[in-house]
Amino acid sequence: MPDLNPISLWQRLLAAPNDSRGKTLTMAFLVSFAAALAVSSAAVLLGPRLDANREAERRARLEALIAETPGLAEVLPGSGIDSLEVLTVDLRDLSLADAVDPTQMTELTPDDDIAGIGTRHDLQQIFMARDGRDLALVILPVYGQGYQSTIRGYLALGPDLNTVIGLTITEQGETPGLGATIQTPGWLAQWPGTQLMDEAGEIRVAVVRGGGSTAYEVDAITGATRSSNGVQNMIRFWVGPLGFGPVLDALRSGDLP
Amino acid sequence: MRAALKPLFDPLLRDNPVTVQILGICSALAVTTSMTTALTMSLALTAVLVASSAVISLIRRHIPAQIRLILQITIIAAMVIVADLILQAYAYAISQRLSIFVSLIVTNCIVLGRAEAFAMSNPVGPSILDALGNGVGYSAILMVIAFLRELLGFGTLFGATVFPTVAEGGWYQPFGFMLLAPSAFMLLGLLVWALRSWRVEQVEPATTRVDREEALS
Repeated sequence: MPDLNPISLWQRLLAAPNDSRGKTLTMAFLVSFAAALAVSSAAVLLGPRLDANREAERRARLEALIAETPGLAEVLPGSGIDSLEVLTVDLRDLSLADAVDPTQMTELTPDDDIAGIGTRHDLQQIFMARDGRDLALVILPVYGQGYQSTIRGYLALGPDLNTVIGLTITEQGETPGLGATIQTPGWLAQWPGTQLMDEAGEIRVAVVRGGGSTAYEVDAITGATRSSNGVQNMIRFWVGPLGFGPVLDALRSGDLP
Repeated sequence: MRAALKPLFDPLLRDNPVTVQILGICSALAVTTSMTTALTMSLALTAVLVASSAVISLIRRHIPAQIRLILQITIIAAMVIVADLILQAYAYAISQRLSIFVSLIVTNCIVLGRAEAFAMSNPVGPSILDALGNGVGYSAILMVIAFLRELLGFGTLFGATVFPTVAEGGWYQPFGFMLLAPSAFMLLGLLVWALRSWRVEQVEPATTRVDREEALS
């Protein structure tokens, strides 16, 4: 009958020679377990604060996007992002919802998934501002896979829903000094005025090396090709048919308020 | 009493991890463009160092020799992640400025060095003192370099204006070189030279032939 008393088992473990196979395995397991427990408890306990901080950061960046885009602040009836209309759209059928529900997602096939996000959240919040009754500005949330992180940002479009008014990156974990340049004001300053689609409705916007020669192109970052491509594919996906393309069409035709 | 506190006071000057052992200089040059980031980094490193030394010393008799390094690194890495999360939760703006350097405490030679050289063979109390001493010794050097770089590079200390810069209508022309990484190497080199001229016993004996020939000539 083997001894299963946990106290004597523990004492046997402590007394065992350090280099025995059993003790090596047990110590490896116990240390990893304790480390995992410490990290996950910290993540769970601090989770609400971390989320609140990230939310505040997103809000501040959205406000900065509005403040830095020329002529935008004057268009808004009030001040800051509180004056924006918020619309929660269901991308599956363009119906309006009350709140964002992160559990509703659509799986993307690898061919469709140019932004590398795997699944698309169906309910998305978009922001709009009006000049009188006409649409003055639409802000779309965008996200996609960069080189080593998920890039998140907001894309602001003008009243024609084709001209970029501004792009801001709210979250990224790209290589500091290289890919992280996508978040710098200097690089983002290239975006205002960029056209998304040509007259035929084909998506033409691109981030290219030594680019900026046509109205659809933005210059890529040297040494950070995959981060640059990540931003390009993210924008192409979200203004495309599986992103906000149908929403933009509905806004153009007046089907959405 | 003096002997008991030796692990605490030795690393401050006589055996400073940065200026004598030349460890941890990667972060010393990365985060020292401002006093605020340098202080935050110093606190984070000291906290991780003390906590990991205490834990490693506590279980030192039961760490199998073949896997001791990986166990030490696992413990240190867990501490660093927790410290990073705490910073992100309570000092979000500073944690954004420190970006990856808090996570890189894992690879800081001081932490693993103290675990391997001291905590593995000493009781918990002295290990904590040794960790604290090394943490404070590292912090002191970081603060000296950050003081010079922020003062000369921006004309400020902890973000408060000391020298009004020309751009703001004052008289001080900021020394832009101080904000680049090489300036930290040069300041550190000058500091090591100054300390070793004062305390000659810290000068290392010549080890290569070129050194010896130069020393003779």
